[in-house]
Amino acid sequence: MRNLTHNRESRKWLESLIELMLLFSGLISSLVMLAIFVFLVYFTMPIIARGDLLNLMSWNWRPLAGQYGILPMAIGSLFLAVSATLAAYPLGLGICCFIHSLGLRSVARFVLVIIDFMTSVPTVVYGFVSAFLLVPTLRQCFEHGTGFSWFAASVTLTVLVLPTIVLVIHTQLRQLGSESRLTAIALGISPAQTLLWVILPQASRGLVAAALLGFGRALGDTIVSLMVAGNAPQVPHSILDSIRTLTAHIALVVATDVHSATYHSLFLSGLILVTISAMVNASIRWIAGKSGAG
Amino acid sequence: MKRNRGICSIRVVLFVILAGCFACKTGWCDELDRFSALEGTLDIAGGTAHIPVMKDAAEKIMAKNPKIRITIAGGGSGVGVQKVGEGLVHIGNTGRPLTAAEIEKYGLKSFAFAIDGVAVAVNPKNSVNALTSDQVKDIFAGKITNWKDVGGADAPIHLFTRDEASGTREVFWEKLLKKGPIISAANVVPSNGAMKVALSQDTLAIGYLGIGHVDSTVKAIKLDGADPSQENASSGAYKVTRKLYMNTKGEPSPLSKAFIDYILGSAGQEIVKKHGYIPSQ
Repeated sequence: MRNLTHNRESRKWLESLIELMLLFSGLISSLVMLAIFVFLVYFTMPIIARGDLLNLMSWNWRPLAGQYGILPMAIGSLFLAVSATLAAYPLGLGICCFIHSLGLRSVARFVLVIIDFMTSVPTVVYGFVSAFLLVPTLRQCFEHGTGFSWFAASVTLTVLVLPTIVLVIHTQLRQLGSESRLTAIALGISPAQTLLWVILPQASRGLVAAALLGFGRALGDTIVSLMVAGNAPQVPHSILDSIRTLTAHIALVVATDVHSATYHSLFLSGLILVTISAMVNASIRWIAGKSGAG
Repeated sequence: MKRNRGICSIRVVLFVILAGCFACKTGWCDELDRFSALEGTLDIAGGTAHIPVMKDAAEKIMAKNPKIRITIAGGGSGVGVQKVGEGLVHIGNTGRPLTAAEIEKYGLKSFAFAIDGVAVAVNPKNSVNALTSDQVKDIFAGKITNWKDVGGADAPIHLFTRDEASGTREVFWEKLLKKGPIISAANVVPSNGAMKVALSQDTLAIGYLGIGHVDSTVKAIKLDGADPSQENASSGAYKVTRKLYMNTKGEPSPLSKAFIDYILGSAGQEIVKKHGYIPSQ
């Protein structure tokens, strides 16, 4: 009896220790996020104080002529991330529906294995393959441009974010599916109907999370846009135009002189990236919250 | 069989050692002797054009002196200045002379060891062989957009330029474009290697790269009648050139000094030549 109480005591103690550790790790990760934001703002302040902000928030990037506008890159990042997410999302949702009820079980399993494998392919491999296969093909098929373009980067990023989207939705659907499968069978509803009318409406949290993670991955990717998008600091007039993303911009400019205005543009680039990401996160969560589910 | 192979490899090793001894007698070794009393780590960073030379030299030095470790990182001239100035590396490489502000701020000392020319290049299938500097200026300013205007086929010109941190871009912009504009629609590639890949894949492309990187995958353009060869760059007949520098913070440490002396010595300058640059000594 005494032994049992003792056991219970020590388990309680262990549980509170684990709780403390989890709280601690949670605190650390939020603090790091906060520190990044504060750091970016801190280094952007001198730019604002010197009145260079207007110069940076303009449409021309010509560092040799004293113009440091990074808006084309902000547009580039936003366009590319949105287009890649828009292309990958329906595809990912389709694949999930296929895996869950519409497709043959053996084929579905095979597709899932492939998707799992895709998550482990290093980004630079996608960039490399794209630069050597997709870009020359685009150049030959279209009169316009060199092949290094918004379109090429968009296609590559679609492949890159697809597994993220699929795996997030898949996890949610599997969980809901196992809960409602027997009920649905008992009611005589076909698997496709179950998916469409029972599971998907309940899965909004997973659907939103998939969109968020996919978008975040597309926005944050550097190497694909650096290798494939062409990096011209301009606002694209066509999907075949060369664009530069903020991430690629940071990679291209980080090696310049630390005290130049060129270098300072990096901090604002970082700040804009974090802000776009935070805003998209917040707005999608808001929409999801409003629709009542989640 | 296995034992045979073992004996074989022992023979190979012996042969290499013997060959090494002969090499010593013929003078190759003297250049490396200055490292024999030294040990420690030597960190080098900076201009990408320097990397092949630095790597080659470092391999030779480390093979003979196991107590010395030499690390080499790229990053571009800007990174070279910053890292050596802040004491993060021992030698920072730049593809340009230091500015007065940089010398004053960090107290840097420069050692020029090679001359590098920048060549305008196109795809080998392009029929254009020669351009004037004014034509190149107009092409990069976006005034000439079709190859037929400079004697080529009737097809659009695909422009490729380098990133803001590139020393090659700096030489090209200052010495050839005379600080003229490069249109923002030009594609930007982050290295000499990436430029070569872009030019070799695209038959309508034009770009520029270090003469040391020109090979059969691209075609270097004759500029104002001068071939962008190392000889012409060395004699001054070809104008788009720069010097490559090693920089140290103040007087170099014994190991850094030994390394710099090695690069500036006859064996080091052979390495410089081997990688397509012109020795400065």
